[in-house]
Amino acid sequence: MEHSPPAFFNRGPAPLVRLAFFASLSLALLVLDARFRYTEGMRSVLALAVYPLQSLATMPAALAERISGYFASQSQLREENAELRAKLLAISQVAQRYEAAQAETGQLRRLIGAAERLPLKATPAEILYNGRDPYSRKVVIDKGSQSSVRAGSPVVDENGVVGQVTRVHALSSEVTLLTDKEQAIPVQVVRNGLRAVAFGAGSSGMLELRFMAANAEIQNGDKLVTSGIDGTYPPGLPVATVARIERDAAYAFARIVCQPAAGVESGGYVLVLGGQSGRLAYPEQTDPEGEKRTAKFRKPRRKDADAAR
Amino acid sequence: MRLGNLPSAQAILRPVRAGTILASLAVALLLNFLPWKNVALAPDFVALVLAFWCVRQPRLVGLGAGWLLGLLIDAGNGVLLGQHALAYSLLAFAAITFSRRILWFALWSQALHVAALLLFAQGVSALVRLAAGAEFPGWAIVVGPLVGATLWPVVSVLLLLPQHMPADVDETRAI
Repeated sequence: MEHSPPAFFNRGPAPLVRLAFFASLSLALLVLDARFRYTEGMRSVLALAVYPLQSLATMPAALAERISGYFASQSQLREENAELRAKLLAISQVAQRYEAAQAETGQLRRLIGAAERLPLKATPAEILYNGRDPYSRKVVIDKGSQSSVRAGSPVVDENGVVGQVTRVHALSSEVTLLTDKEQAIPVQVVRNGLRAVAFGAGSSGMLELRFMAANAEIQNGDKLVTSGIDGTYPPGLPVATVARIERDAAYAFARIVCQPAAGVESGGYVLVLGGQSGRLAYPEQTDPEGEKRTAKFRKPRRKDADAAR
Repeated sequence: MRLGNLPSAQAILRPVRAGTILASLAVALLLNFLPWKNVALAPDFVALVLAFWCVRQPRLVGLGAGWLLGLLIDAGNGVLLGQHALAYSLLAFAAITFSRRILWFALWSQALHVAALLLFAQGVSALVRLAAGAEFPGWAIVVGPLVGATLWPVVSVLLLLPQHMPADVDETRAI
């Protein structure tokens, strides 16, 4: 007869065995998530499970805001009202001009047969909370796939681009901010149309223009807007202002640091832009030679002549 | 040696209720999801409460609970799935291993042990993130665990309160 301890003493597997089990399970999940992104379904379910807690956690702040709003004095409200009226007047004038310009542009585009840019659909959303992760810059907003938010949509506030939706759950979604180290956005200098790519600079809350030649035509205070080349961000949204340029003769590239235009790390409400489908298909890659040639556009005419020969 | 100095010897506690444990963990999750201004400085309440129950009730709360809580935190914050799960299972294991030693000390000395445990958990998640290619966010990340450890005495007193409650007094009892 086999001897086993009575049930009273039975404490299940040894702690080390349990540790090995759970640690290997975690490591497997980590690899699956980081390398292959197989875990999105499981993540969505878990995110849905913690959503009530998340929305409950943001409730005190919202409640405090509502209470302070209730006790705001009348004079304050009147003052704010007048200010807003003045602002509205100024903005509506600009909007009228913009509308006229847009109509004109549409007409011109139709004239030259270009694809007419589709109007953007904007979904207002509230930032629930900052992601509790010191290693990346993310926020969670309260709109998800139920409100037809899609991964990849740009997110803006009243001053400019905030970031991009990187993961969508049913009721909430994650927005990676522009200042995240892994986030890049194609930009254009308003003053001279110079194109560049801005990368997040991580914990400093700034953006960086990388791979700009040391003698690039760029100045302090230059405004950067989205160039719209990637087809993800619509063109013309304000992104950042150049704050500091360090040109060092020892390096081929200048170090250009920019201040984001939007309150990237501090806003409360944002707009998720969607419905942009004006992106053209990528050209078919027929011959790598031709690609190389278009990339090097220093002397196109002569090269073309060479190729034709 | 006076046994009266030892907090564990002061009173015989009533058995813990599962509801208390669940409620405390839910409140800790809620506190973690509060919109903190500076996430590097905010203490990790879930790790703290998990360590508390692993030290006090190693047979009820252990690695499985830590792993599940870690997954919830990972999904809620949108970080790598498994990062906190790994850190919390290791934390639970260490807390269970040291539970008998920790309870022998007074509350403030316990807090020192807990600081080491929380720093260990933070170190594990930092290692995972650095291995996944993140940038080191600076030494501010050790502040959160230290703040958490200073909260240990408060958390201990608060979470043991339900077990200090006297049993129902039967007025009609003879003795």
